[in-house]
This record gives sequence, C-alpha cells and structure tokens, in this order.
Amino acid sequence: MSEYKKKDIDEISGVETTGHEWDGLKELNNPLPRWWVWVFLVTCIWSLWYFVVYPAWPVAGGATKGTSGYTQFKELAASQAEIIARQQVYIEKFEQADFDKVLNDPALYSFATAGGAAAFKDNCATCHGSGAEGSQGYPNLNDDDWLWGGKVEDIYTTLQHGIRVHNDYDTRTSQMPAFGKEGLLKTEQINDVVDYVVALKGGHDAASLQGYDIFQQNCASCHGADGKGLREFGAPNLTDAIWLYGGKRADIYQSVFYSRAGMMPAWKNRLDENTIRQLAIYVHQLGGGE
Amino acid sequence: MSEDSTNNNPDDIQLFAKQERIYPKRVSGIYRNLKWIAMIICLAIYYLVPFIRWDRGPNAPDQAVLIDLERGRAYWFWIEIWPQEIYILTGILILAAILLFFVTSLFGRVWCGYLCFQTVWTDLFIWVERIVQGDRNKRKKMREGPWTKEKVIKLGITHAIWLVIAWCTAGSFVLYFNDAPTLVRSFFNFDVSPVVLGFIGSLTFMTYLMAGFAREQVCTYMCPYARFQSAMFDQDTLIIGYDEKRGEPRGKHKKGADWTGLGDCIDCTACVQVCPMGIDIREGLQMECIACGLCIDACDDIMDKVGLPRGLIRYDTERRLEEKNHDLKISPFRILRPRSFYYMAIIAIVGGIMLYSLLTRSELDMNILHDRNPLFVQLSNGDIRNGYDLKILNKTHSDHIYALQVHGLDGAVIEMVGAGDLDELVLGVAADSVGQFKVFVHAPVEPQEPIEIEFVLQETQTGISDRYKSMFISERPH
Repeated sequence: MSEYKKKDIDEISGVETTGHEWDGLKELNNPLPRWWVWVFLVTCIWSLWYFVVYPAWPVAGGATKGTSGYTQFKELAASQAEIIARQQVYIEKFEQADFDKVLNDPALYSFATAGGAAAFKDNCATCHGSGAEGSQGYPNLNDDDWLWGGKVEDIYTTLQHGIRVHNDYDTRTSQMPAFGKEGLLKTEQINDVVDYVVALKGGHDAASLQGYDIFQQNCASCHGADGKGLREFGAPNLTDAIWLYGGKRADIYQSVFYSRAGMMPAWKNRLDENTIRQLAIYVHQLGGGE
Repeated sequence: MSEDSTNNNPDDIQLFAKQERIYPKRVSGIYRNLKWIAMIICLAIYYLVPFIRWDRGPNAPDQAVLIDLERGRAYWFWIEIWPQEIYILTGILILAAILLFFVTSLFGRVWCGYLCFQTVWTDLFIWVERIVQGDRNKRKKMREGPWTKEKVIKLGITHAIWLVIAWCTAGSFVLYFNDAPTLVRSFFNFDVSPVVLGFIGSLTFMTYLMAGFAREQVCTYMCPYARFQSAMFDQDTLIIGYDEKRGEPRGKHKKGADWTGLGDCIDCTACVQVCPMGIDIREGLQMECIACGLCIDACDDIMDKVGLPRGLIRYDTERRLEEKNHDLKISPFRILRPRSFYYMAIIAIVGGIMLYSLLTRSELDMNILHDRNPLFVQLSNGDIRNGYDLKILNKTHSDHIYALQVHGLDGAVIEMVGAGDLDELVLGVAADSVGQFKVFVHAPVEPQEPIEIEFVLQETQTGISDRYKSMFISERPH
C-alpha cells in the first residue's frame, strides 16, 4: 500500500483517486483484487474452449458442430438405450412367464401394467379414452361388463384379432339384424320388444308383456331367453345397468331398428406380442378383470 | 488532463490490487486459547462424527449422522427424515440463520472469528505454516528471499501437509453421505467409485485453495455474510475497538521515560503483526475485521510489559468508544436490546414448530389419491365404483401388516387390485419403505354430490393407525 501514499487521497473517503477530474469531481480508485481478474480470464479461456468443443456458433444451416460431436439428440438416444437395457431384464422374464405367473409376481405385474399404460395411451385412448372410460359405442373398460369376456386371456384374444375385422378369420364376429331397416319386424312389434327390454332392464317381471314372444323368437338366440346375453356372440346382457349405446328407450329403439355392430382393429400385426400381453394385463387391472 | 501536481497520474494507478501476503505472528492469550479450543472442537466434530455408530435395528444403517441420497433418507441420531420431510432442513437453515443474527447482534462477529470453517481451516493451515517454516519474521524472510534448498524443502513440506489435511477434509465430507467404515475400507482396497473420487478431488482442491491461498480474500471479497453483517450491527454491538482517547498520540516509548504528551499506544504494531486479516485495528472498525480478538491478546501482552493497564484494544461497543473519545459519560453495556428479543422470539417460534413436528412425527403415514380419470365407474349391477391410489409409508424398521377400512359410506365394499391375492385387511409393507396399492371402493349409491369418506388404516399388531379424508364421487361434476 505504501506506494499509494504519495498519491492524491480523497479526504472524505480516504480512497486514492485515479487522477481523472471533471470540473472538480474526482474519480476514486477502489482496485479490484487481482485474483478476480485471473478468474475472469480463466472463464474467458473456458468459453473459448467451449466454443471449440461444443456446438456454439449459429451458421447457415444450423450451428458449428464442435469437436466433441455432442448433441442433445445423442444424449437422448443414450439415455433411451440405457432405459431399454434396464427394461431388457424384465422383458426376458416377461416373455417366459404366462399370464398366471405375471398376475402373481409383483415385479412383473408392475412392469406389465406400466408398459400397458403407455401402450394404451398411444393406441387405444383414441376410441376408449385416456382413462379407458369409453363413450357411447366405445366400451368402458373400467366396468365389470364384458361383451367378449373379461378374463385376461379373453382380453388378449380380443386385442390380437379385434372385433369384426374383415380379413382376420379369428376375429370376434357376430351380426345383429337391423330388424326395422330390413323389414324383419313391423314398427309396432319393435315398439313392443323395446318396451319388453326396457322392463327387463328395470328388473320387472316382463313375461306378460306383448314383447315377450317377439323377444323369445327373434332375440333370445343371441341374448338368451333371460336376456342376460351370450359372450360367444358378443351379445350384451340386457338386464344390467351398462348400456353401450345408451339405455334410454329411444336409444334401444334405434339399436333394434338399425342394429349395432362396433368394430375394433386387430393389433396382432401392429403391436408386438409383449405389448399386446402388457395391454391385456393393463386392461384387466382397470377394475373389471375377471 | 489537468497539470495540477496534486492529481495522480492515471498511468501510474493500480486498478487491480495485488494480494498482500500476510504472515500472522504467533500470539498467546485468552482469545487465542478460545480460538484453539473452538478449532479443536469444530475439527473434532467434523472429522469424527461420521464414525459415531447409532443402533437402529437390523434393517437400517448404524451411522449416527448419515445422508443416504441413494435411498432418500437422512439420519441424525434418533431423528430419521424421509424426502417429504425436507422442510425440516428448511427449518434448520432458518434457525441457523436467525441464530447467527442473534449471536451477531449480541457479541459481534464471533462466528467469523472463531467458528466459520474458513477461519478454522485458515487457522489450521497457518499453524502448519508456522510449525514448518517458523514464526512471522522467518516466514517473511524466507518467502521474500532467494530460492534455496531449505526454502524448497520447507515450502514442499508445508504444501504436502496442507494437501493431506485438504484430502482428509474432502474425505470426511464424503463420509457423511456413505457408510464411513465401509468407505474407508474400500479406500484401502482402491475400490472407490469415480463419483466419490470426483467429489474428493474437487473438495480437496477447494480446501487447499481456500485455506492455503485465498484465506482473508474469502472474507473480504467473497463472503456475503461479512457484507450484510453491517445490517445487524448497531451502536451497541460488541466490536473489537481501539481506545483512541487512551492510545493517541501514539509513539515509541523507552522504558522509564516520561509519558507526557504520549498516549498509551507505543506503536509497536504487535496488533497488526498478529492480525490474520492484515489490517490495523487502530484505524477503527473495518469491514475486514473478523473479530477474532488476537490483537487484544497481542496488545494486552505489550501493555503488561510496559506496565500499563490492559484493554487498550478490547471488546467494546461503538457507542462507548465514541463517548469516551468525546469525554462524555460512558453508558453501560447494552447487550440485550429489543432486537435480541425479536431474534429470540423467531428462534423460539421456528424451533417450537420443528420440535412439534419432530415429536408428533408418526411412524405410519397414509396417502390416498382419488382417481381423476375416470372419476367414477358404473358397474353392471348399478353400483358406483371409485378408484384410489393408496400409499402406505412404513417408517419403522420392521415389516408390518395393515388393515384398511372405509368409513362414511353405506354398503361400501373395498376391492384390491394387484399382483396375487390381495386382502385389504392384510396389506403387507416391508420395513422402511412405501407400499403402493390400487384400491377400489364400490357401493350402491344414487348419483349425488360427492360424499365425504374417510379411510382408516391400522397396523394389525400395534394398533397404530392413520386416517385420510377423501371423496366418493357418483356423478359428473356440473
């Protein structure tokens, strides 16, 4: 400090001046520590190194590549590869385990449901909704009512071959006649049978109704004499609370007049075996699995 | 540029200040002894705590203080913290900050002078320097002299010891995050992960740099605490003060000579020579002063020798020193001031909240999350079903079986979905872990406003229970 003493010192602050003066205003000099300057220079050098090694400068058609060849895409690919490698352990076990084993093994079970949940969002949510809640014409997969069966194997078959897929011989298929449109029943007969079905779903004793005979002759072959449906034909239970196409009288009339025939794609050749099995387990655990 | 001769020449101005090398002289006295004691206690705590064992049973680590990042647990003797209890850390930080304010408002910068790790490690490194190279004058002479063989050897030994200390410091830090004996053993087997080595390497470097080289620069230029302490200071805060009235005019004094016209300060610069910050306390209160009190020890020693009363430099307050300078009546110390009570109140409140949360911390926690999609499901028999995600936090160190019940819903039936056969009355959760379950509740309910229900979870043997309020939804929200 001694070399500063001969210099001009500001009286009030006791700090030396830089020698710059403007109309009597003097600039004070509070020197920066020298190491601070060194740190600053080191960071400058660091930035030069960074410019060279990493992608940095925008140029026409992108940016300078950098000698390290680093990109975030590569980083993403690397972390994805790491995840796949981690999954591989489970995939191998999963491939070898049958449904029964998976349903009883907590680790495989959560692996399957996690994979199934992701695949469901990608492939199934379009029609069934992201919560598998469905909507009119698209079954709610959370409930306990199944057209084609709610065992995990049944769900698996439905997923593989779909419903009413025209070029798949193993597809789930059946056809309800359009009783009104095709002239199989007269309008008053349709009204009678709809009344009967409405009574059936209300849990009333409907055998005395006029529609009873019409139902037994035309509908019972698929829906059963008691109206409880038959899964071989995908014929819904008409006595429960679940109505895929609506349970109002007008909805039921529409169904009888025009018939209903929803379809679902076969996923066998679109998704791999593991994904389909994961989906089957995922759907099975949504709440309605049998 | 003006030709005025009193102006400095801008070309001669140093805009960047070189770090002045400081060679603190050895001193002994009450404050030096306090500093030794504080240093030994601080270092002992830091280096030894990871090795303290604390029995927590067979399924938990037996290290008394451990932050297990991998498994997300922090252990502090009998306290065990899960990630969701991280607010306790917030509490500790708030408490530490307020305690610091409190102590500073009472006694000035005692933290800086005695307890701060920068001070403690710098002190330790200076001690090493002195042991190897000798006291102030020897060090200074050797440092400023030519490169001799002796200089190379002595500097080499100093830096080697510094590096060893720095390495131990870094190693100890890592021990707080790992099982200490295991990690120490794996060191001797050269079987340490690159992450651990990376941490040790960078912390060794930083310790070496900060305590060996940066030293007082940290306090003066880097530390924010040193700067904002001015906000905690007032006229009644204890500072290290030089009694100007008594000391000035300073001047050399020969033994037995007349004191007329001279103050008590004999300008021996002992206070400057011992200062680890390299300042002259006689210039008054300065931002650089860390209030370590070594200048008091040095000056008292000199005063004893010249036969004058001690306390030319002493702990005092700005108000009292000022009053003395102006020959006013000197007011008494006012250590406890309104701000002391504000700080105490805050400490009591924060400490009380933390104590309460630690005392009421249960070993069982239940979380229930109602499904959002779908909100509810109609079943074929007309019942309504709601889905919930259930998490059971078993914070004990043994496996437990829990029974789940739902209250407030007539005809409610609980159904469990998951791997294997699950029974809501027999939910097993392993020691020190979170059990996750999918719960369905269905009941014959007509569509209506959400029904408030309550889940009750009870440990089947001890009877410890937890409750969680939730909803049963049966119609779409309007």
